[in-house]
Amino acid sequence: MSYLWAFVIGGAICVVGQLLLDYTALSPARILTGYVVTGVVLSAAGLYQPLADLAGAGASVPLLGFGHLLAQGVCRAVDETGLPGVFTGGLCAASGGVTASLVFALLAALVGRSRDQN
Amino acid sequence: MKLDPKTYSKMVRRAVPHSPVLKDCLWAFFVGGSICLAGEILRQTYLTWYDGEMAGTLTSISLIFASAVATLFGWYQKLATHAGAGTLVPITGFANSVVSPAIEFKTEGWVSGVGAHIFGIAGPVLAYGTLAGWVWGVIYWAMSKGG
Repeated sequence: MSYLWAFVIGGAICVVGQLLLDYTALSPARILTGYVVTGVVLSAAGLYQPLADLAGAGASVPLLGFGHLLAQGVCRAVDETGLPGVFTGGLCAASGGVTASLVFALLAALVGRSRDQN
Repeated sequence: MKLDPKTYSKMVRRAVPHSPVLKDCLWAFFVGGSICLAGEILRQTYLTWYDGEMAGTLTSISLIFASAVATLFGWYQKLATHAGAGTLVPITGFANSVVSPAIEFKTEGWVSGVGAHIFGIAGPVLAYGTLAGWVWGVIYWAMSKGG
Protein backbone atom coordinates (compact mmCIF):
# COMPACT_ATOMS: atom_id res chain seq x y z
CA MET A 1 0.00 0.00 0.00
CA SER A 2 2.85 2.39 0.82
CA TYR A 3 3.90 2.33 -2.85
CA LEU A 4 0.50 3.54 -4.05
CA TRP A 5 0.40 6.32 -1.46
CA ALA A 6 3.96 7.35 -2.27
CA PHE A 7 2.99 7.70 -5.93
CA VAL A 8 -0.32 9.51 -5.33
CA ILE A 9 0.80 11.88 -2.55
CA GLY A 10 4.14 12.61 -4.23
CA GLY A 11 2.39 13.25 -7.53
CA ALA A 12 -0.21 15.49 -5.88
CA ILE A 13 2.49 17.61 -4.21
CA CYS A 14 4.07 18.08 -7.65
CA VAL A 15 0.71 19.08 -9.17
CA VAL A 16 0.45 21.87 -6.59
CA GLY A 17 3.87 23.07 -7.75
CA GLN A 18 2.74 22.86 -11.38
CA LEU A 19 -0.35 24.97 -10.64
CA LEU A 20 1.93 27.56 -9.00
CA LEU A 21 4.14 27.53 -12.12
CA ASP A 22 1.18 27.88 -14.50
CA TYR A 23 -1.00 30.34 -12.60
CA THR A 24 1.49 32.56 -10.78
CA ALA A 25 4.60 34.46 -11.83
CA LEU A 26 6.71 32.61 -9.24
CA SER A 27 10.09 31.46 -10.54
CA PRO A 28 11.21 27.86 -9.95
CA ALA A 29 13.78 29.07 -7.40
CA ARG A 30 11.05 30.83 -5.41
CA ILE A 31 8.82 27.76 -5.54
CA LEU A 32 11.65 25.54 -4.24
CA THR A 33 12.38 28.00 -1.43
CA GLY A 34 8.68 28.28 -0.62
CA TYR A 35 8.33 24.49 -0.50
CA VAL A 36 11.14 24.06 2.02
CA VAL A 37 9.88 26.87 4.29
CA THR A 38 6.32 25.52 4.02
CA GLY A 39 7.67 22.08 4.94
CA VAL A 40 9.19 23.53 8.12
CA VAL A 41 5.90 25.24 9.00
CA LEU A 42 3.76 22.14 8.30
CA SER A 43 6.15 20.02 10.34
CA ALA A 44 6.11 22.52 13.21
CA ALA A 45 2.31 22.46 13.16
CA GLY A 46 2.45 18.67 13.45
CA LEU A 47 0.75 18.19 10.08
CA TYR A 48 3.60 16.66 8.09
CA GLN A 49 4.51 13.63 10.21
CA PRO A 50 1.11 11.95 9.62
CA LEU A 51 1.62 12.45 5.88
CA ALA A 52 5.14 11.02 6.10
CA ASP A 53 3.79 7.99 8.02
CA LEU A 54 1.21 7.40 5.31
CA ALA A 55 3.16 8.14 2.15
CA GLY A 56 6.80 7.45 3.09
CA ALA A 57 8.97 8.68 0.23
CA GLY A 58 5.90 10.37 -1.28
CA ALA A 59 6.21 12.89 1.54
CA SER A 60 9.99 12.85 2.10
CA VAL A 61 11.20 13.08 -1.52
CA PRO A 62 9.42 16.36 -2.47
CA LEU A 63 11.17 19.42 -1.03
CA LEU A 64 8.43 19.83 1.59
CA GLY A 65 10.07 16.77 3.12
CA PHE A 66 13.40 18.59 3.23
CA GLY A 67 11.75 21.25 5.39
CA HIS A 68 10.23 18.53 7.55
CA LEU A 69 13.70 17.02 7.95
CA LEU A 70 15.15 20.38 9.08
CA ALA A 71 12.32 20.94 11.58
CA GLN A 72 12.54 17.41 12.97
CA GLY A 73 16.32 17.64 13.32
CA VAL A 74 16.09 20.89 15.24
CA CYS A 75 13.51 19.42 17.63
CA ARG A 76 15.61 16.36 18.34
CA ALA A 77 18.75 18.43 18.96
CA VAL A 78 16.84 20.76 21.31
CA ASP A 79 15.52 17.72 23.20
CA GLU A 80 19.07 16.40 23.56
CA THR A 81 21.13 19.53 24.23
CA GLY A 82 18.71 22.39 24.88
CA LEU A 83 19.15 25.78 23.27
CA PRO A 84 22.43 25.05 21.39
CA GLY A 85 20.52 22.41 19.45
CA VAL A 86 18.73 25.25 17.68
CA PHE A 87 21.95 25.86 15.79
CA THR A 88 23.03 22.28 15.12
CA GLY A 89 19.90 20.21 14.58
CA GLY A 90 18.60 21.38 11.23
CA LEU A 91 21.63 21.10 9.01
CA CYS A 92 22.78 18.00 10.87
CA ALA A 93 19.65 16.19 9.75
CA ALA A 94 20.00 17.56 6.21
CA SER A 95 23.74 16.93 5.95
CA GLY A 96 23.46 13.73 3.92
CA GLY A 97 21.49 15.34 1.12
CA VAL A 98 23.57 18.53 1.06
CA THR A 99 26.88 16.69 1.02
CA ALA A 100 25.69 14.26 -1.65
CA SER A 101 24.51 17.15 -3.85
CA LEU A 102 27.84 18.97 -3.53
CA VAL A 103 30.08 15.96 -4.04
CA PHE A 104 28.13 14.54 -6.99
CA ALA A 105 27.86 18.01 -8.55
CA LEU A 106 31.62 18.55 -8.35
CA LEU A 107 32.29 15.07 -9.75
CA ALA A 108 29.83 15.81 -12.58
CA ALA A 109 31.62 19.10 -13.26
CA LEU A 110 34.92 17.24 -13.36
CA VAL A 111 33.81 14.87 -16.12
CA GLY A 112 31.12 16.98 -17.79
CA ARG A 113 31.22 19.71 -20.37
CA SER A 114 28.72 22.55 -20.52
CA ARG A 115 26.15 22.15 -23.27
CA ASP A 116 23.85 24.53 -25.07
CA GLN A 117 20.74 25.27 -23.06
CA ASN A 118 17.86 24.82 -25.44
CA MET B 1 -4.77 -2.32 -36.73
CA LYS B 2 -1.55 -1.04 -38.23
CA LEU B 3 -0.11 2.21 -37.01
CA ASP B 4 2.23 4.47 -38.88
CA PRO B 5 3.85 7.28 -36.94
CA LYS B 6 1.47 9.86 -38.41
CA THR B 7 -1.78 8.17 -37.39
CA TYR B 8 -0.29 7.37 -34.03
CA SER B 9 0.63 10.97 -33.32
CA LYS B 10 -2.86 11.97 -34.41
CA MET B 11 -4.33 9.47 -31.94
CA VAL B 12 -2.06 10.74 -29.20
CA ARG B 13 -3.12 14.29 -29.91
CA ARG B 14 -6.77 13.27 -29.65
CA ALA B 15 -6.19 11.36 -26.41
CA VAL B 16 -4.12 14.05 -24.69
CA PRO B 17 -6.19 16.72 -22.95
CA HIS B 18 -6.44 20.00 -24.81
CA SER B 19 -5.88 22.38 -21.92
CA PRO B 20 -2.15 22.97 -21.49
CA VAL B 21 -2.59 23.36 -17.74
CA LEU B 22 -4.30 19.99 -17.45
CA LYS B 23 -1.59 18.43 -19.61
CA ASP B 24 1.13 20.07 -17.50
CA CYS B 25 -0.50 18.79 -14.33
CA LEU B 26 -0.80 15.22 -15.66
CA TRP B 27 2.89 15.27 -16.61
CA ALA B 28 3.82 16.68 -13.21
CA PHE B 29 1.65 14.11 -11.43
CA PHE B 30 2.99 11.05 -13.24
CA VAL B 31 6.65 12.05 -13.39
CA GLY B 32 6.70 13.44 -9.83
CA GLY B 33 4.73 10.45 -8.57
CA SER B 34 7.09 8.05 -10.32
CA ILE B 35 10.15 9.69 -8.76
CA CYS B 36 8.51 9.35 -5.34
CA LEU B 37 7.56 5.74 -6.10
CA ALA B 38 11.18 5.00 -7.02
CA GLY B 39 12.14 6.66 -3.73
CA GLU B 40 9.71 4.46 -1.80
CA ILE B 41 11.08 1.30 -3.44
CA LEU B 42 14.61 2.39 -2.44
CA ARG B 43 13.45 3.29 1.08
CA GLN B 44 11.75 -0.08 1.63
CA THR B 45 14.92 -1.80 0.42
CA TYR B 46 17.16 0.22 2.76
CA LEU B 47 14.75 -0.44 5.65
CA THR B 48 15.84 -4.08 5.65
CA TRP B 49 19.31 -2.99 6.84
CA TYR B 50 18.87 0.44 8.42
CA ASP B 51 16.47 2.34 10.69
CA GLY B 52 13.86 4.69 9.26
CA GLU B 53 15.97 7.82 9.51
CA MET B 54 19.05 6.37 7.81
CA ALA B 55 16.85 4.69 5.18
CA GLY B 56 15.40 8.10 4.35
CA THR B 57 18.84 9.69 4.11
CA LEU B 58 20.12 6.89 1.88
CA THR B 59 17.04 7.25 -0.33
CA SER B 60 17.81 10.95 -0.79
CA ILE B 61 21.47 10.25 -1.54
CA SER B 62 20.54 7.59 -4.12
CA LEU B 63 18.04 9.87 -5.88
CA ILE B 64 20.55 12.74 -5.84
CA PHE B 65 23.13 10.46 -7.45
CA ALA B 66 20.64 9.38 -10.13
CA SER B 67 19.74 13.02 -10.77
CA ALA B 68 23.40 14.01 -11.07
CA VAL B 69 23.96 11.30 -13.70
CA ALA B 70 20.78 12.27 -15.58
CA THR B 71 21.80 15.94 -15.46
CA LEU B 72 25.31 15.15 -16.67
CA PHE B 73 23.92 13.48 -19.80
CA GLY B 74 21.24 16.15 -20.32
CA TRP B 75 18.38 13.70 -19.74
CA TYR B 76 16.99 15.50 -16.71
CA GLN B 77 16.65 18.79 -18.58
CA LYS B 78 14.86 17.00 -21.40
CA LEU B 79 12.40 15.39 -19.02
CA ALA B 80 11.93 18.71 -17.23
CA THR B 81 10.67 20.47 -20.36
CA HIS B 82 7.59 18.20 -20.19
CA ALA B 83 7.35 17.37 -16.52
CA GLY B 84 7.69 20.91 -15.12
CA ALA B 85 7.11 20.78 -11.39
CA GLY B 86 7.21 16.97 -11.55
CA THR B 87 10.97 17.22 -11.92
CA LEU B 88 11.38 20.49 -9.99
CA VAL B 89 9.74 19.71 -6.65
CA PRO B 90 11.33 16.32 -5.77
CA ILE B 91 14.83 16.22 -4.24
CA THR B 92 16.10 15.26 -7.71
CA GLY B 93 15.18 18.80 -8.82
CA PHE B 94 17.19 20.24 -5.95
CA ALA B 95 20.14 18.07 -7.02
CA ASN B 96 19.69 19.19 -10.63
CA SER B 97 19.83 22.81 -9.47
CA VAL B 98 23.23 22.11 -7.88
CA VAL B 99 24.71 19.94 -10.63
CA SER B 100 23.65 22.14 -13.58
CA PRO B 101 25.51 25.32 -12.55
CA ALA B 102 28.51 23.24 -11.41
CA ILE B 103 28.90 21.93 -14.96
CA GLU B 104 27.86 25.21 -16.59
CA PHE B 105 30.34 27.46 -14.78
CA LYS B 106 33.32 25.16 -15.19
CA THR B 107 34.55 27.47 -17.96
CA GLU B 108 34.89 30.29 -15.40
CA GLY B 109 37.18 28.31 -13.14
CA TRP B 110 36.83 26.00 -10.18
CA VAL B 111 36.60 28.62 -7.42
CA SER B 112 34.99 31.76 -8.83
CA GLY B 113 33.04 29.72 -11.40
CA VAL B 114 31.93 26.34 -10.10
CA GLY B 115 32.43 27.08 -6.40
CA ALA B 116 30.68 30.43 -6.40
CA HIS B 117 27.70 29.39 -8.51
CA ILE B 118 27.12 25.86 -7.28
CA PHE B 119 24.50 27.07 -4.78
CA GLY B 120 23.04 29.75 -7.06
CA ILE B 121 19.56 28.23 -6.79
CA ALA B 122 20.00 25.81 -3.92
CA GLY B 123 21.58 28.52 -1.72
CA PRO B 124 18.35 30.46 -1.16
CA VAL B 125 16.57 27.16 -0.47
CA LEU B 126 19.12 26.25 2.21
CA ALA B 127 19.32 29.80 3.62
CA TYR B 128 15.60 30.27 4.18
CA GLY B 129 15.01 26.64 5.09
CA THR B 130 17.73 26.86 7.73
CA LEU B 131 16.33 30.18 9.01
CA ALA B 132 12.81 28.72 9.25
CA GLY B 133 14.19 25.68 11.08
CA TRP B 134 16.12 27.92 13.48
CA VAL B 135 13.05 30.04 14.25
CA TRP B 136 10.98 26.91 14.87
CA GLY B 137 13.81 25.57 17.08
CA VAL B 138 13.71 28.70 19.27
CA ILE B 139 9.91 28.44 19.57
CA TYR B 140 10.15 24.71 20.33
CA TRP B 141 12.79 25.37 23.00
CA ALA B 142 10.70 28.16 24.56
CA MET B 143 7.65 25.87 24.58
CA SER B 144 9.61 23.08 26.26
CA LYS B 145 10.76 25.56 28.96
CA GLY B 146 7.44 27.29 29.46
CA GLY B 147 5.08 24.37 28.91
